[in-house]
Amino acid sequence: MVAHAEHVPHRSGLAAFIARWTLTTNHKEIGSMYLWFAFTMFFIGGALAMGIRLELFMPGIQLIDPGFYNQFVTMHGLIMVFGAVMPAFVGLANWQIPLMIGAPDMALPRLNNFSFWILPFAFTMLLSSFFMDGGAPNFGWTFYAPLSTTYGPDSTDFFIFGVHMMGISSVLGAINIMVTIFNLRAPGMKLMEMPLFVWTWLITAFLLITAMPVLAGVVTMMLTDRHFGTSFFSADGGGDPLIFQHVFWFFGHPEVYIMILPGFGIASEIIPTFARKKLFGYNSMVYATASIAFLSYIVWGHHMFAVGMPLWVEMTFMICTMFIAVPTGVKVFNWTATMWRGAMTFETPMLFAIAFVVLFTIGGFSGLMLAIVPADFQYHDTYFVVAHFHYTLYPGAIFGTMAAVYYWLPKWSGHMYDERLGKIHFWTATIAVNLTFFPMHFSGLAGMPRRIVDYSLQFADFNMLSSIGAGLLGLTQLFFLYIVIKTIRGGKPATDKVWESAEGLEWTIPSPAPLHTFETPPAWPITDAREDQAARV
Amino acid sequence: MPAKIKRLGFKPVQRMNRTTDNKIYRNAGLLGVLAIGMFGFAFGLVPLYEVFCEVTGINGKTAETAAKMVETTVDSGREVKVQFLGRVGNGMPWEFRPSTHEFDVTVGQANVTEFYARNRSAHTVIGQAVPSVSPGLAAEHLKKVECFCFVQQTLEAGEETYMPVKFYVSEDLPSDVQTITLSYTMFKVSQQEPTSSNEPHVSLVSTI
Repeated sequence: MVAHAEHVPHRSGLAAFIARWTLTTNHKEIGSMYLWFAFTMFFIGGALAMGIRLELFMPGIQLIDPGFYNQFVTMHGLIMVFGAVMPAFVGLANWQIPLMIGAPDMALPRLNNFSFWILPFAFTMLLSSFFMDGGAPNFGWTFYAPLSTTYGPDSTDFFIFGVHMMGISSVLGAINIMVTIFNLRAPGMKLMEMPLFVWTWLITAFLLITAMPVLAGVVTMMLTDRHFGTSFFSADGGGDPLIFQHVFWFFGHPEVYIMILPGFGIASEIIPTFARKKLFGYNSMVYATASIAFLSYIVWGHHMFAVGMPLWVEMTFMICTMFIAVPTGVKVFNWTATMWRGAMTFETPMLFAIAFVVLFTIGGFSGLMLAIVPADFQYHDTYFVVAHFHYTLYPGAIFGTMAAVYYWLPKWSGHMYDERLGKIHFWTATIAVNLTFFPMHFSGLAGMPRRIVDYSLQFADFNMLSSIGAGLLGLTQLFFLYIVIKTIRGGKPATDKVWESAEGLEWTIPSPAPLHTFETPPAWPITDAREDQAARV
Repeated sequence: MPAKIKRLGFKPVQRMNRTTDNKIYRNAGLLGVLAIGMFGFAFGLVPLYEVFCEVTGINGKTAETAAKMVETTVDSGREVKVQFLGRVGNGMPWEFRPSTHEFDVTVGQANVTEFYARNRSAHTVIGQAVPSVSPGLAAEHLKKVECFCFVQQTLEAGEETYMPVKFYVSEDLPSDVQTITLSYTMFKVSQQEPTSSNEPHVSLVSTI
């Protein structure tokens, strides 16, 4: 990320700078680019969210016309899911997986470069649709047919190819990560000795490889329905719009675990460090993650309870969905048991990790409520659903990423972040998240429909609270940007180990991490002669 | 690694040995095949759903050919309400509606109702009605002995018609079903473009 001046080519100037960053095959540099890309997208998606919340601040239509509002909602979802959360996790994987398993780099470094550089093009294409005649996609991030086929704006084709490209990027990235984990572990490191972050990413990569092509398939069907005379999703040609929902959610449910499993891994790394205890139930954590991944493939129907499936199909999906609470419960209890009687300290990464556990569990509980078929008929398409998935994604995926950044940034940059600023960031973000999303539970239960630009007067108070919270939440992220930049530019030098009882290969190398590490494989298990290790890299 | 990149100061990744390299390429290849296979699977899902729905009878589709009327001598005495809906597909220039919106039928006995259709355009249009039954599980118990949906319908410009449906509700209809909705969507199959000499039709040809 910084302080690799010795590797900068002797030629100077813009050309050399561009060549360096476009041609790099180094996992750390590519990891940093992924993280900055995700951060940029996070702010673009966040700006759209600010627009949405400003419009919803009061009943009535004040700022954004309804058609444009639909584009805001759609693009907010697409950018946050595919542009912010997923690239952020891939960035963390790029930085950390080789360091945690003692590999010199990713297994396929040039492919790694290619995977990243597809993304800016994919999202330029997607975002450019805002400036086209007919506007950006306006059918919601789930792009249900026929809204996206028969009634989609012309820019839908840009959306389709954007999704194709970022799908290719994700699949290639996932293949790379999986091969790295399988083939480049330090000699002697067994699979069941890998750090949990590596384990969760291995399973996430598997989900990506199997789920993303299905997404590519569904957008391809959309494309041929729109332009080449097929009728996968239109009844007048013998197709069925419901097929769209089935195929989409067959991808869509594994996708939601793609966005949370790496977060589980991050919490499993951070909590033991600051509880100064070994992770409770390592094996059960691995098995629980694998069971969640398996179950994610057989529960897609719970997104479509209201389409008129027969009772026994709904019951099957409901029961499978509720089963997910078992492995998830195992994980939550394991984290709690890890903290139990530990010598805990509450540095910023730990605070974010604890908030992750607590608030994600709230999102999990509202998920259980939504899994109950008769209750879902009431909650379906209301703000209760919005509250549910924002509780799993914001304090889940986003807080997870933030915890990871605070945890590993000293290793990446060589500087400690400002603990006082980190704590301020944490507390304002936590208060703002709850202020934004908790009232949505109530407006949803009271029947406020989602994705609509206006609402009835009785929801005014809840919406005003949400909007105030959202404004605060937006500001805290600007503050986070400031903290990250400040840390990269300077600060108290970080020690190699950074945290008192951190464990793992990544803490055996110097801080900041040199551009090339583990060119000769490290000894495993880690010996006490840490200095010897450090000298070898 | 190209010389140019080397000049920029990048070191190629040190590999442990060729065996590791080969394993990496093989594994990456296998995973690539898996990804491509899943892409194909997405398309495979479409016929899979069709088969699944046909086998389990959960998609609300009725049989596409006429059912034989099974004569029952026993009056079951059980009555269910049958509702009718008619709508047209995208770009279909017909008026299309049931002549009766609902009536009670005795389970096991034959009933006849009619749907009205009129071609409002200035040219001949061929239409195909696609039925759907709600609740879906009742679909297989609604037996159509005769239906205009079994064949395509042709209406000339301005022509109107009443089309009969003869059906019965079979006695094994689940006991919790009290109302069945039979809905038709009339889709446009094709139309003949009016020739320039074609004056707007003045006379209505009726088939009633």
